Amino acid sequence: MSGSIKDRVAIVGMGCTRFGELWNKGPSDLIVDAVTEAVADAGIEVKDIEAAWAGSIFSGHGGRSVSEPLRLKYIPITHVVNACASGHDAVRNASYAVAAGIYDIVLAVGFEKIKDEGMSGLPGMDNATHTHAVATMPGMFAMMATKYFHRYGLSPQEGKTMLAKISVKSHYNGSLNPKAHLRNVLTVERVLNAPIIAWPLGLFDCCGVSDGGAAAIITRADLAKKFRKDPVYIKALQICASPTSGRITTDYDLTHVEEGYRAGVAAYAEAGIKDPRKEISMAEVHDCFSITEAVTMEDLQFSPRGKVKEDIDAGTFELAGALPVQPDGGLKCFGHPIGASGIRMLYELYLQLQGRAGKRQIKNPKLGLAHNMGHEPLAPTVSVCIVGL
Amino acid sequence: MIGITSYGAYIPWHRIDRQLFAKAWGGFAIPGERAIASYDEDSVTMAVESAIDCLSDIDTATVDGLLFATTTSPYKEKLCSATMALALHLRRDIQTGDITGSLRSGTTALAFACDAIKAGRTNSMLVTASDTRMAPPSGITEQSLGDSAVALLLGKKNVIAEIIDSYSISDELAATWRSETDTFIRSWEDRMVMDESYSKVMPEVLSGVMNKCGLSPKDFDKVVFDPPGDIRRHGRVAAELGFDPAQLLDPSGIFMNLGLLGSAMSLMMLVSALEQAEPGQKILFAGYGNGADAFVLQVTNAIKKLGGRRGFTKHLESKHMMTNYNDYLRWREIVPLDQARRPDRGHISVAANWRQRKDLLGLWGIKCRRCKTPQYDNGGITTTPIRVCAVCGAVDDFDDYDFSRKKATVFSYTQDQLAPAPDPPSSVVLIDFEDGGRMLFDLTDRNPDEVNVGMKVEMTFRKVFVDRGINNYYWKARPIRC
Repeated sequence: MSGSIKDRVAIVGMGCTRFGELWNKGPSDLIVDAVTEAVADAGIEVKDIEAAWAGSIFSGHGGRSVSEPLRLKYIPITHVVNACASGHDAVRNASYAVAAGIYDIVLAVGFEKIKDEGMSGLPGMDNATHTHAVATMPGMFAMMATKYFHRYGLSPQEGKTMLAKISVKSHYNGSLNPKAHLRNVLTVERVLNAPIIAWPLGLFDCCGVSDGGAAAIITRADLAKKFRKDPVYIKALQICASPTSGRITTDYDLTHVEEGYRAGVAAYAEAGIKDPRKEISMAEVHDCFSITEAVTMEDLQFSPRGKVKEDIDAGTFELAGALPVQPDGGLKCFGHPIGASGIRMLYELYLQLQGRAGKRQIKNPKLGLAHNMGHEPLAPTVSVCIVGL
Repeated sequence: MIGITSYGAYIPWHRIDRQLFAKAWGGFAIPGERAIASYDEDSVTMAVESAIDCLSDIDTATVDGLLFATTTSPYKEKLCSATMALALHLRRDIQTGDITGSLRSGTTALAFACDAIKAGRTNSMLVTASDTRMAPPSGITEQSLGDSAVALLLGKKNVIAEIIDSYSISDELAATWRSETDTFIRSWEDRMVMDESYSKVMPEVLSGVMNKCGLSPKDFDKVVFDPPGDIRRHGRVAAELGFDPAQLLDPSGIFMNLGLLGSAMSLMMLVSALEQAEPGQKILFAGYGNGADAFVLQVTNAIKKLGGRRGFTKHLESKHMMTNYNDYLRWREIVPLDQARRPDRGHISVAANWRQRKDLLGLWGIKCRRCKTPQYDNGGITTTPIRVCAVCGAVDDFDDYDFSRKKATVFSYTQDQLAPAPDPPSSVVLIDFEDGGRMLFDLTDRNPDEVNVGMKVEMTFRKVFVDRGINNYYWKARPIRC
């Protein structure tokens, strides 16, 4: 791979809806709300958008899902469906088109209307032969927690306490964020005493289930300052899709995510980062479940293998810690409207880098990392985006 | 010499104390317990399990036919033995047939199989009998029935019990019946059935076969025949024919522990007799239902060489007592229940199932010829069946690899409370097979508290999903049964 996206494109406007059980909003509302904010933030009009990429997996079908609500006039729009990395992949494809010099101003928008299903959790994804084991997403990730505890000799109590601290931290951050779905402050005791969803994961180990939308206006780096004084530059955009051998061969340990590690390595190389723990100022990672965040800290080389507990106990990833993670509250508090999540993460990093994060503001951040993990631990697709000033 | 060359049996892990029926409905409880097929079992899956037991040390390529005898076929139209043949890895050029609708279907199948071999049409036939009959809730019949399956392999080589002769009686009486639309058994007054059918037909058929062979009651070491609904009448028939109680295989053991097993009843009694049989012994055997079929068998020296089987005895001992009657109602879908707030499952694609019939029903995976890694993928989006080796990238350079008879170890697991499950939690295991290969499976017939990383499991054939009347049969893992 010879090319790099580093500093070739910039985000000059972003928007993000409040996430939650938005009974009164449909997918078109989520798109219009997010894009209207992003367009205003960039100081442009909707008609200035030359092309668009939309990320979603359940809501919408094709580019028309976005052209219709926004009445975008006769421009090319691509619908990106790539599991939980759909939002990041929309940004990636939009950025490449700009970097290639084809367009000057493009839109990447992610959205998902989940709460029209009449139930908790995500819509079904059976295979045609209905031979999948009957596990939910919590169940699939729970197996990773089981294995992590087993491998590193953590008793259920020790392991669950480690995970509880992750959720407590994220809920504190979410409580400071008016756009978060869940804004209650938790205690470790409450997390530990919550009902089990899929052993060993309890209710508060699982992210919320929410509707939401988020959007970014992307332009060429050399044009960025025409829109605003503080554009946020893309440093790396990497995606790693699983060959799905973790479920087939016995060499995968289920205590790390190889795709997450490799996406991180590729992104660090693209961004020129040598020591991620020191150089990354903050991260928004895919904490669909508490165990996912724990393992991701190791995959992204923030913590040594098997040692994330030490960093969790030390408060490293808290808002005031050395490397704040989920400053906005994460999937834990925002829920996970699939296509929206990746761009929602970038929205927080964008605000933080511009010093606009209010009560959550991290002191002087330079580089932010956003990470999404699609599917499940045995067969994930992972995206890593790095942005900075 | 034509006769039985192997036997096998299957008894569900779950049993229920009959007191729980009386506790739910009031009234009288028959002493003892009965066998209950789990929510993911039916007469087909149980017959497959019994056949796996029967064929445990036998080359499946030597089996020339398969008969499935039941009164509880999951289909009115569609051959169940064709499904079973794939699960059992039988050849394609075999005779398959379902013999349904009669409590005597097991012995009828036995007679037909014997005749087919005698006629030179086949050299070996696998006969299975399996039932999961249901009586209306709250009645005494609900307590007295039981679910089980039996398999007998018939052939000419390594015969363990020669079938010397047989004799049949046909008798018209609606003693018990289910119409095309009935879920539950209906029956006529048992006193009349006893007087006019059982107590006449059974002596007639037993005497008939003895006369045909020139034998008398004293010539038999064991007498094995179906009991009537009221099992106390079984011994009376034997006594009237001049049999000594010591000759009789008492059905009360099966009745007290498992229940009346429908088409599998007489054959289960026969398996129980064969488990204790000595070379040279003669067995008088009969199955009853709208008439009767009787057989004279002679045990050979080969019975001593037959390898160990779970059979009747080991399956009987391996059990899990259900804690309530409600689970029975739920598993049999007798009462409408609240549905989990989870996504509706999509439709079964007959085309996709057909395309992958060998992998799905037979649990055939592949072994890469280049890197020798056994593989199977039951969870991929577009990866089933495996066309490209997950390890070395070889394309279509594989040999078939049978995962269905391999044991495995739990690598990780979860107990999923959110997933819709008739027997919550949904226990899901990621398992490593003993000679390579990893797969994700539902774990069935387990105590959730005993599931652990490192637990040993084996594969079991189950019904995993029903859509528009199509039963999706597939495999699950279970802790090694016994």
